[in-house]
Amino acid sequence: MAIADVKEYTHLWEEEVEQIGRELDAIRQEIEESRGASDAAYINRLIKIQRGLATAGRVSMLAGTWGGRWAPRAEKPALVAGATFLGLAKILENMEIGHNVMHGQWDWMNDPEIHSSNWEWDTAQPAEQWKHSHNYIHHQFTNVLGHDNDIGYGILRMAREQRWHPYYLGQPVYNALLATLFQWGVALHDLDLERIRKGEKDPKEMKRQLKQIFRKGRNQILKDYVVYPALSGPRWKQVAVANATSNLTRNLWSYVIIFCGHFPDGAMHFTEEELEDETRAEWYLRQVLGAANFKGGPLLHVLSGNLGFQIEHHLFPDLPSNRYAEISVKVRALCDKYDIPYTTGPLHRQYGQALRTIIKLSVPNSWTSSNDPAPPERPDTANEPERDRRRKSDAERQPRRAELGAWTRSPQERSHD
Amino acid sequence: MFTGEWDGRHEGMGAGMAGTIPWERVRKAGHTLTTPLDPDDYLRFLNPLWTARELRGRVEKVIPETEDAATLVIRPGWGWRYRHRPGQYVGIGIQVDGKFQWRSYSVSSEPRRRGRTIAITVRAMPEGKLSSHLVNGLEPGTILRLALPEGDFTLPDPPPPRMLFLVAGSGVTPVMSMLRTLDRRGALSGDDAPDVVMHYSSPTPDRMIFRDELEALAEKHDRLTLHQLHTDTDGMLELEHPEKGLDGICPDWRERETWACGPGPMLDAISEHFEKEGLEDQLHLERFQLKLGDQGGEGGTITFRNSGKSIEVDGATTVLEAGEEAGVGMPYGCRMGICHTCTLTLVEGTVRDLRNGDEFGQPNEPVQTCVTAAVGDCTLDI
Repeated sequence: MAIADVKEYTHLWEEEVEQIGRELDAIRQEIEESRGASDAAYINRLIKIQRGLATAGRVSMLAGTWGGRWAPRAEKPALVAGATFLGLAKILENMEIGHNVMHGQWDWMNDPEIHSSNWEWDTAQPAEQWKHSHNYIHHQFTNVLGHDNDIGYGILRMAREQRWHPYYLGQPVYNALLATLFQWGVALHDLDLERIRKGEKDPKEMKRQLKQIFRKGRNQILKDYVVYPALSGPRWKQVAVANATSNLTRNLWSYVIIFCGHFPDGAMHFTEEELEDETRAEWYLRQVLGAANFKGGPLLHVLSGNLGFQIEHHLFPDLPSNRYAEISVKVRALCDKYDIPYTTGPLHRQYGQALRTIIKLSVPNSWTSSNDPAPPERPDTANEPERDRRRKSDAERQPRRAELGAWTRSPQERSHD
Repeated sequence: MFTGEWDGRHEGMGAGMAGTIPWERVRKAGHTLTTPLDPDDYLRFLNPLWTARELRGRVEKVIPETEDAATLVIRPGWGWRYRHRPGQYVGIGIQVDGKFQWRSYSVSSEPRRRGRTIAITVRAMPEGKLSSHLVNGLEPGTILRLALPEGDFTLPDPPPPRMLFLVAGSGVTPVMSMLRTLDRRGALSGDDAPDVVMHYSSPTPDRMIFRDELEALAEKHDRLTLHQLHTDTDGMLELEHPEKGLDGICPDWRERETWACGPGPMLDAISEHFEKEGLEDQLHLERFQLKLGDQGGEGGTITFRNSGKSIEVDGATTVLEAGEEAGVGMPYGCRMGICHTCTLTLVEGTVRDLRNGDEFGQPNEPVQTCVTAAVGDCTLDI
């Protein structure tokens, strides 16, 4: 069941919704005013740790392969340690550093080295395209059917409203492939393959994007599968395998975390009607209803880029992630006060629910039952009208909101236009 | 052997000084190991000066000059060009409460090709949190961010035969750099040395930065005349006064090339006075403004959405200047396109980066207002 109007779904009066909006604005303001030296120290420390881990990973692999001649028994542990360090470094870089920096969470520091306008992350997708497909399309149109391309990423059927097709019988397999090759799936996300297939994509823009992806992907592959293996001499294969392992670890981990953001039971979908005349407060409410948190200790939250606070991240995408934990206490209290559903649970349960949905929705709706929380009786969405399912172009969408994180052409690319 | 090193003719060679070219190549090759980052992003953890990505400097010494002014001797890191032209300024960025704040300060040291340090002289302003911090709060060893020398408040080479310097307070610093350079080159003595008159206003003798050095220079060189004015006892310089004004201090001022640096009201008065006499071409002022290229926009009406103000501007006026002109409380930092403090959201329209001609015109695109100018009408979110 998709929601056409958040007010009706939550049984709140317009005045109450606006009051919730004001209270959330106040939380934002409080954090903005208290950002300071300790927050700056946090991100700088994390970057230092991450780069230290990356260096340690590369060095232990090289030491293991070269030192293996004298200490053959040390080679394997060194490679395992190297792959672990490097995998951790990539996870931290992608999740807690890159993703959050690109949202503009650290722009307030005025530090060009930690700034959304020029951060490039350690994964195949060019930052510029991520800032479009994620910051704008996903964060502004969160879980709105036909608008948010992250509902299944154009590969999976993740909402009962998406029409079933025999193609989806293979869904568990596509899911496994997506998890394994996650960084490459993400790399192609902003291209919009469907639009290309239909010949609707501006060829100039497509060429530009493809060139960006090619260049970035090539450099990533060269680094992990050519240059570092070459430096390790005759034992190059071992290093290539270790690098592949760390990339795979990062892929699987980020896949799990990201699938826990909007696919567990309780994260609701919305119809296009919700976007019409949506106020800022209603947008807030949609973020709460459309996202799911997971519980865990501080280490788990850092390794998942604080996306266990997905609800808080969606409310305030550009506030520093190290503050989400304290924000979540206030948001939770606010939701309790107004009786707004707040989805959370342990990581394994949240991912289990996402996986169950993937399997269930591979078959037609009539074969399975929905796990969504019991919806109020609503005549207006019981019979979904036929919808235009293709992706919207930017011209058909509402313009960007500023707080989702900046979007700008990458500096290197701009001059090539 | 240093003849002409500071005249700007060799500018651009600085980065490619002998010996650094293979090193640059090594670093470039290293990029394949660290992509998408630079090797510098890792090396700076070994030594904070080993990065050219954002220029850094280490404070080596803090030398008190007067009660409220100090000279900072800074050792710049990789990527620095020591060959600033005397009179130019550099940007200094320090993190205050987690946030980088930028100000420009004239370099007071002379340029030395084989130099290892630069010096800036800072006066703590009563309201200036940053300048107070620089004067009183910096320990040797502190790492700062730096911006390369900028500004065209410089001496031509060869210097004109007759010069007049009008400075007040900490405005002495760029002129100090010029005089030190002239002195070291031996250009202040000899028959063909230029004739230099310097007027220096300061509230009291104690507050006069570089007083001893200037007096020693004036004593050493016949052709350098130093005129001191202590404004607490003698009042401000009255430019038009027949005895106490320019005509009294330096009767032939109309025939001199003049450099003026000091507080805003003083500069305003001086430029007004020179304009009245039709001599504005002979006047050089330092207002710490970046000289932007000829990549001008087309101009247009800039609307500041939240404050409801708008202003019509030409294509050479930056969005920041336009906002300040219109009375909008514009955020700014380095004023040279480095620090992003001035970044605002461009709601509508297009702006052009005056440094390189890049255009920004996506809806809600963030733009650096200090280096961009309007290309047609635009609207900003402030």
